[in-house]
Amino acid sequence: MTERNVPHAELSTGPTDWKSGAMQARIARRYRRERIFQSLGLGAVVISVLFLVFLLGNIVKNGAYGFVQTSVSIDVTFSADLLGDPTSLSPEAFTEKVRKTNMLRLIQTSMQELFPEVKGRRDTRTLLRIVSTGARAQLRNMILADPALIGTTKRVELLTSDDIDQVIKGNIDISLPEANRKVKDNELSWLQTLQNDDRISLNFHSQFLTGGDSREPELAGVWGAIVGSAFTLMVTLLTAFPIGLCAAIYLEEFAPKNRFTDIIEININNLAAVPSIVFGLLGLAVFLSVMGMPRSAPIVGGLTLALLTLPTVIIASRASIAAVPPSIRDAARGLGASPMQVVFHHVIPLAMPGIMTGTIIGMARALGESAPLLMIGMVAFIVDIPGSINDAATVLPVQIYLWADSPERAFVEKTSAAIMVLLFFLIAMNGIAIWLRQKFEQKW
Amino acid sequence: MRNFSKYAAVAVIALFGASSTGAFAQDQIRVVGSSTVFPFATAAAEEFGNTTNFKTPIIESTGTGGGMKLFCAGLGSSHPDIANASRRIKQSELDLCHKNGVDEVVEVKIGFDGIVLAASKNAEPMQFSLRDLYLALAAQVPAPNTEGGLGNMVPNPYKTWNQVNPNLPSLEIQVLGPPPTSGTRDAFNELAIEGGCKTFTGMKALKKSDKRTYKAYCRGIREDGVFIEAGENDNLIVQKIQANEQVIGIFGFSFLEQNADVIQAYPVSKSGKTAQEPTFDAISDGAYPISRSLFIYGKKAHVGIVPGLQEFMAEMIGDNAAGDLGYLTDRGLIPLPDSERATFQSDVQNLTKLKLN
Repeated sequence: MTERNVPHAELSTGPTDWKSGAMQARIARRYRRERIFQSLGLGAVVISVLFLVFLLGNIVKNGAYGFVQTSVSIDVTFSADLLGDPTSLSPEAFTEKVRKTNMLRLIQTSMQELFPEVKGRRDTRTLLRIVSTGARAQLRNMILADPALIGTTKRVELLTSDDIDQVIKGNIDISLPEANRKVKDNELSWLQTLQNDDRISLNFHSQFLTGGDSREPELAGVWGAIVGSAFTLMVTLLTAFPIGLCAAIYLEEFAPKNRFTDIIEININNLAAVPSIVFGLLGLAVFLSVMGMPRSAPIVGGLTLALLTLPTVIIASRASIAAVPPSIRDAARGLGASPMQVVFHHVIPLAMPGIMTGTIIGMARALGESAPLLMIGMVAFIVDIPGSINDAATVLPVQIYLWADSPERAFVEKTSAAIMVLLFFLIAMNGIAIWLRQKFEQKW
Repeated sequence: MRNFSKYAAVAVIALFGASSTGAFAQDQIRVVGSSTVFPFATAAAEEFGNTTNFKTPIIESTGTGGGMKLFCAGLGSSHPDIANASRRIKQSELDLCHKNGVDEVVEVKIGFDGIVLAASKNAEPMQFSLRDLYLALAAQVPAPNTEGGLGNMVPNPYKTWNQVNPNLPSLEIQVLGPPPTSGTRDAFNELAIEGGCKTFTGMKALKKSDKRTYKAYCRGIREDGVFIEAGENDNLIVQKIQANEQVIGIFGFSFLEQNADVIQAYPVSKSGKTAQEPTFDAISDGAYPISRSLFIYGKKAHVGIVPGLQEFMAEMIGDNAAGDLGYLTDRGLIPLPDSERATFQSDVQNLTKLKLN
């Protein structure tokens, strides 16, 4: 602010002497300020990038192993005595018999062939715990799919339990004293034998992407949450988009400018800043208590999230409708179009890219929300994949929250892997928004 | 664009049509309640879904108090069938149930849970009496060299453990624990803080004369930054105590079991007894002082309407699940003594109605 102190008389005397010492000093100071400001700005960018890299790096480091799972190959004898004979039994009776059979006995027979020295109830139980509890269902489905297996012996890859899996992945420190470990010495020696036999392998785990939730980390999958998120977002889109668009058109094109519409406008802008949990309370009060809709259902979640995204949609739509030049409207009216024709034939098509972008960004926000869903019961343990918007379901962020809260160590990597899946969808949605903007953007 | 409005109208109508024709028929068991029971209830639900022809029950983690509110709100398909609780149902909650037509409630105690105080493996070993914990963590404590009681209370002045008890090391007191909405916190306040509080004769006298003030003094946790509320996520507490050796965390026994390779639990003693580590056996026989019972509550009126309800309750208390070698026990549930379990098993079989006192 020293420039201002220069007396007025001095400024008005002749051309500026750029070479003078005082002027040079001022110029140098100016450049220095500019450099400092620029480096501060660059520093801010670098810091945010570092945070992002650290966050993503941490998630990928933890989550990469969430997509692979340890299996153990064992030779299973599908004995006809135990499972029934498909040639003599009717298909229904055979299915029933297989369903009732405890598949653990098949696994037990095979494991005891490998480790004949293991005796006693407790040790046998520990031995069987190498294999995941999901192996029973795996074997049952194998037999039902192919009854010809009965009477044969086949090498089968079964999932291991999460503890064994964590040892193989190096997440359990086996150098600690035995008492401090979940996996005991005898289990480790069995595991060593299996490894020496080349029976242990680490494979891509498709069940993580295709399965529902489970309390066993090795069986848990994100598909149920993905389907729940899809149903919820569908309801959100179908509610928020038409309502938001109508509100935006009316407010921008038809509404009179008076105190009442001003108040509405201020309220819409304020709504965009309301914490999301408040919408959850509203959803609980209106949709569950008054309208009697089912708890935990995507329809309620979708309607609640629609309330949350409405302000975003309205604000974005209004901005892009307002950005359509008045000359377009004037020209349409000049050719005899009614106000409604002006809006629907000219303004909306031209504003559509902006409206879609705003809507997709609103949807992306809805996809990442978990707080409002807490109130309406979507934070729940749900195994079955939802089949409609009325079935109980959960969504991706909630699934991440639930896994992060589980005691089992193996859920740490599942949590990070699920975050990676969520980030993939968020990036994809934002990518579509950018693409739409680029492709359809109008330059005036 | 004319098409667009048509599509929009059709979509909206279809949406609301779908929701109303859905006829919210209930064929799935719905469970709400304690986040402590949640890991056990979900494990049982999954096993139940896998081994029977019933659908897998839906389990929500709402906290014990929140769950009871939902459970007692009424009968019918829009209300849950089972409430999980990390403490016994209160008379006020049972009254609410009765008021809303939920007359017959079946109570099942499924097992015990210990609340542990733990720190990083690298931290200095310590052991506490309940009195130490009270003096370190209560908001108001008896003034030094007094036995407490009205007029003798001062805001907690202690900053290091050796000020509380000269036998403890001179480390700063820093404790991470659950927030007041948590059942774990309720139980910790009642068992540990009040347990230590009672050892002062002045406080005992106060209990007889003015129960309300006694409770306020004996269950209030200090709010000057020494006790840090870390949210309902026990995993977060486990991670934080690993990262910072100075900090002690408070959480459920199942989290200790899963992380025994990186954290250590501190032994705790009742007054006049030797300190006990929170082991399976010590919690099971009551030697470890900070342990509580876990319950589930079922609606008798829903049995026969909601398929599998009675069977699911039987599953949760079955020997296969809650027994000595059951799968819930593998996850850190401390089983009931055999005779007590048999009692609750027969309660489920006969749908015995709960009466408090």
